Amino acid sequence: MGSRMVDLRERRLEAAAKEASPAIHCVELTKRYGSTLALAGLTMTVPRGEVFGFLGPNGAGKTTAVKLLLGLVPATSGEGWVLGQRLGDVDARQRIGYLPELFRYQPWLSGREVMALHCRLARLPRSVWSEEIAAALSLVGLEERADDRIRTYSKGMQQRLGLGVALLGAPELVFLDEPTSALDPVGRHQVRQIIYRLRERGTTVFLNSHMLTELEMVCDRVAMVDRGRVIATGTLDQLLSGNACRIRVSGLDLGQRRSLARFGDLDDDGEAITVRGLGPERVPELVAEIVGMGGRVYAVEPRHQSLEDRFLELLREG
Amino acid sequence: MPSGRTVLTFAGLTVREASRRRLLVAVAILTLIVIVGTGWGFAQLRSPTIDHGHPLSQLTLTVAAAQMLIVVAFLFAGVLALIAVLVAAGSISGDIESHLALALLARPVRRSELLLGKWLGMATVLVAYAVVSGTLELVAVDVATGYVPPHPVQLIGYVAALGLNLLTLTLLLSTRLAGMTAGIIPIVCYFMAWIGGIVGGVGQALGNNALMAAATVTKILLPTDGLWRGAVYAMEPAAIIATVRSAGAFAAANPFSAAYPPATAFLVWAVIWFAAILALALWSMRTREI
Ligand SMILES: Nc1ncnc2c1ncn2[C@@H]1O[C@H](COP(=O)(O)OP(=O)(O)O)[C@@H](O)[C@H]1O
Ligand SMILES: [Mg+2]
Repeated sequence: MGSRMVDLRERRLEAAAKEASPAIHCVELTKRYGSTLALAGLTMTVPRGEVFGFLGPNGAGKTTAVKLLLGLVPATSGEGWVLGQRLGDVDARQRIGYLPELFRYQPWLSGREVMALHCRLARLPRSVWSEEIAAALSLVGLEERADDRIRTYSKGMQQRLGLGVALLGAPELVFLDEPTSALDPVGRHQVRQIIYRLRERGTTVFLNSHMLTELEMVCDRVAMVDRGRVIATGTLDQLLSGNACRIRVSGLDLGQRRSLARFGDLDDDGEAITVRGLGPERVPELVAEIVGMGGRVYAVEPRHQSLEDRFLELLREG
Repeated sequence: MPSGRTVLTFAGLTVREASRRRLLVAVAILTLIVIVGTGWGFAQLRSPTIDHGHPLSQLTLTVAAAQMLIVVAFLFAGVLALIAVLVAAGSISGDIESHLALALLARPVRRSELLLGKWLGMATVLVAYAVVSGTLELVAVDVATGYVPPHPVQLIGYVAALGLNLLTLTLLLSTRLAGMTAGIIPIVCYFMAWIGGIVGGVGQALGNNALMAAATVTKILLPTDGLWRGAVYAMEPAAIIATVRSAGAFAAANPFSAAYPPATAFLVWAVIWFAAILALALWSMRTREI
């Protein structure tokens, strides 16, 4: 009797999960490799259509999280759903694309052949293969080398190929694990453009990276991980503690300088005053105030706190 | 349940890899050289002056051709065993170590399908090699000497089965061990089993139970030598079988002779062994970390 009720409850929960069906939902997902705790209770929800950044230093557990979500390795404990299906569901992977962090493709095949292989494995109808492959090749800029053996590709070209392979068949959810690690600045810029295009198309993107500055521009929301734990999560606005403004000024006495505290937290190093928590719309007002008091302004530098700053701050606090 | 379609995809990929890496061409060329060379050797048996200026009698010709064929078949079985082991040794571990498997397994694909597909692809290459090279060699011997072994189909069947057993064992090891290790173990085991067969024959001749028991254990652990003896028996004309049987127990120690065909119980065991190793490989593949 009791077990039947649990059963029913579980089934209802599962049905509810499928209905609401965020792209990713997981609860207390944990992975242990021997004595290493690679992921320590990951709980999060990624709604559909979002570009979600998963940020953290090397060894934080980002790749492990992606492997668990893809069902490539079993979780030690916890549970999760991807596109409404339980982790490990084979058919759900039909709608998922994946660029592994350590990517390698059959060196004895050509780029086009690898893409055809993945079209087949992803169970795309044969009639769309050539169209899908052509689109993916042009998206990642590999058309000219498409028929060369992968053995002859550079590392960056292989990463582009991997990205193209991950995008075959317009998947609903794409996992990109350090997608720019082998790319030059031009390549990185192109990857960002590709991600913007995916977002326009409504694709959910789960982006792993240890290069925080790169993600600031593309992510709707981020989670910061360290040692297998999420230490902060939210939109960039929520995570970054607002803006600041640094003003190089002379001609103010100490009292006048202190009076500027009504604009925000002051940091005065004698040469320049940094005012934190100041919206950009109030900068002219601040400058007018200084000039009104007889101060001479040499430079006004609005400053953003970067993800990197914030991350280091969190690590120090934690 | 593994999907047949996906298994076939991986099987095709495996055959394509063997061909792209020029394995098929290399093996084909080497095999042709061996067949032409041995064919020339067999043709010498027909020379009218081979035996101190005289031709061989029909019986001697048959016995000599049969003995030579057994040795040549041993070479072919050895080559087949080596191909099986070398091809399978890195097939799983290599793909996992190089992270090649990661992109494949993230598709709607089961690990069992990847393993079975690789097995099927390599098994196809192996069996095709056994059939084509075996048939060509037998035709060459027939043309050169007019001799055809009594059971050619069984001969090829036993040699192919020997290769398949080694292939499956190597694939199992490859799910957990690095390529080199996964390759060396089955090769050593293959020769141990061969020696085990000889030891068993000696034990039989001496009536020594310990030696016989040791041989039985090796035969159960790795049935390749028993299969090899089946191939030998398939190549022996009646004259040789009669000689071997009349030589009594001592003949059993000769790894190039067989007085009797393999027991049915042994053949059943060989099939069970094969199925068990394949099942173990599937389990090992399913439970390893990647
Ligand atoms: N297959 C494995 N076996 C043992 N330990 C592993 C394995 N994969 C990852 N780890 C360990 O798990 C932790 C997290 O690794 P990973 O998820 O790769 O981090 P990240 O991708 O954030 O750099 C690390 O300490 C790593 O050494
Ligand atoms: Mg990683």
